[in-house]
Amino acid sequence: MSAREAILAAIAAARPAEARPLPAVPAWTIPLERRVAAFTEALLRMGGRLLAPPASRSPLEAAQAWIAARAAHGPVWSTVPELPATRSPDPAAAPHTLADLEACVARAAFGVAETGSVAFREEDLVVAASATLAQHLLVLLDRSAIVGGLHDCYARPEFARAHYLVLHSGPSATADIEGVLIHGAQGVRSLSILLTDG
Amino acid sequence: MKRVRIDHAEARSRPIPGGDGREAQPRGPEIGKRGAVDHAEAGRRFLAAPEHAAFHDRRLWDIREKRDREMRGIDEWEALRTLASDIKAHVLDTLDTHLAAFERAATANGVQVHWARDAAEHNRIVGAILEAAGARSVVKSKSMLTEECGFRDAMDARGIAVIETDLGERIQQLDGEDPSHVVMPAVHKLRSDVAAVFARTLGTDPDNHDPAYLAEAQRQANRPLILEAQAGMTGANFLVAETGAVVVCTNEGNADLSARVPPVHIVSAGIEKIVPRTADLGVFVRLLSRSALGSPITQYTSHFRGPRPGGTMHVVLVDNGRTARLAEPGFREALKCIRCGACMNTCPVYRRSGGLSYGATYSGPIGLVLDPSLDRTRYATLPFASTLNGSCSAVCPVRIDLHGQIGRWRRVLAGEGRTSPGKRAAMKAAAALLARPAAYRRAVSAFGAALPHLPRFALYGPHNIWGRGRELPAPPRETFHAWYARTGGRLP
Repeated sequence: MSAREAILAAIAAARPAEARPLPAVPAWTIPLERRVAAFTEALLRMGGRLLAPPASRSPLEAAQAWIAARAAHGPVWSTVPELPATRSPDPAAAPHTLADLEACVARAAFGVAETGSVAFREEDLVVAASATLAQHLLVLLDRSAIVGGLHDCYARPEFARAHYLVLHSGPSATADIEGVLIHGAQGVRSLSILLTDG
Repeated sequence: MKRVRIDHAEARSRPIPGGDGREAQPRGPEIGKRGAVDHAEAGRRFLAAPEHAAFHDRRLWDIREKRDREMRGIDEWEALRTLASDIKAHVLDTLDTHLAAFERAATANGVQVHWARDAAEHNRIVGAILEAAGARSVVKSKSMLTEECGFRDAMDARGIAVIETDLGERIQQLDGEDPSHVVMPAVHKLRSDVAAVFARTLGTDPDNHDPAYLAEAQRQANRPLILEAQAGMTGANFLVAETGAVVVCTNEGNADLSARVPPVHIVSAGIEKIVPRTADLGVFVRLLSRSALGSPITQYTSHFRGPRPGGTMHVVLVDNGRTARLAEPGFREALKCIRCGACMNTCPVYRRSGGLSYGATYSGPIGLVLDPSLDRTRYATLPFASTLNGSCSAVCPVRIDLHGQIGRWRRVLAGEGRTSPGKRAAMKAAAALLARPAAYRRAVSAFGAALPHLPRFALYGPHNIWGRGRELPAPPRETFHAWYARTGGRLP
């Protein structure tokens, strides 16, 4: 008997006459009008930053200034067409060649107000590892793409389609040494969000 | 590397003083006369290191308090626990159907699914995948299942280097020690212990105990190993049957690096990790990090449904005792466990004895329930490392009746004659006394009357294990029966 058959047979033998039912999951949520504020609050709690450009400056100008500042330290990979940076995103790039990236700039598929998370699929990053190997991450997120809670998040169609999807909540962090919180454990040292409209 | 004062991830919410760096770290247990782990002996040595013991106790209680704060922030918290428990109950009752569905979905996504009856078969399968890929090293994120399987030693024998990428797990690997906690592997260590390990293994300055310096040194040392590895491994927090997704939660981002930088991604997952629907993740992801660390979510919640472009992905579904537990009605519900560690953080015995003292992959209350089914002899004493206060059951996000199961294990082990002769004699005497109410009342009132007058050497001698490390409470002036006989139950 193969391992597969043996395991499935052992489970079948232990199966009760009547299985307990699978309950429906209600969608607890955060109302639309509170979503941006809740997202911002959760993002800051998770150690993320919010770029808040003055009214005189467009979000794109703020992103360009951020990119210029990072580009002084190393290559910047941007997957946002209207924000060219110093390294053109190449879907054929082997992941380990992205280890020298100073920063990655990408637009999130959506955000989650409850947890301050942003979602990326491989296509949002062109190469998934770019967002983990880079030292810093700048995320563009449409206000209208912020869902309320995690229940709304998991109702999104991306989860049934994407081969890779990460909910990124603040930067990489660890407190494995005496509970002292440190940003930049194995992934990005900082995560900044720029909210955009349409 | 930036040090910050907010409290997401596993960070503490208030400063806890550590030691001055001179106290040696207490190590794991000895094996006692009867072939069993001597948890009590290791626990005594842990308490004999007061800086480590005090820090450990306060650090874990701090996390328990953060968990409570998160719980109070969510009105539907108790409803979520019930839902999580009910979803897992359904999964346990229909596990074969959901595993087959997961296999179908994963295969359709281009993932190769393997099945392993036990640890040895798991290690053989993964070893063969690594050898076929020509991998001489594999970078992995934390996985309790691979600890269960003795995976690193097995790969060592094949000449394949396994590199842990989680900071805490890497500390433990470099120190040649098992993880002491399911989500915080090095929580029993002080910064001075880590500095000593890294000075020895990574060449850091032995006098620099700064956590930011030490964490940066590990990041710098691990990066090249991640970039050159030909294969990566992760565990799985959840397997979604309807989409074939493997969900992995980390704070460090090391699962994403392990899975998406090397061309081969191998997932080791216990068969009980199944959830039927994507919608179920809403329930479990909301509960997991809040219960584990008191943070709303892990920094990275990663969903892998297929290999990276140009790569391959494998999922190894492992039994290793799980179907046997499924067939034991008394212990079946323990398979609901999502490995958050909340029961450990709240347990007074765990906090004061340290995870290593259990000498097992799983420590704390969930360890007391899981370990004896893996090895009855080695772990025969563990179910007694509990006060049965029930705090573990009260915090469990999937409502496992942990203290009930611990009590049940005691009955099983005592029935099999696996308790010590001293404990058997004491229990026999207690049973005789408790079976005769009049004799019991006479004994209690005689002892209560004598207690204030007995000398310390009589009360705190070697026969009284309850007198070790704690003072007996002051006896009441009279017994309840004496008070009731005198007053007829009327309060003054």
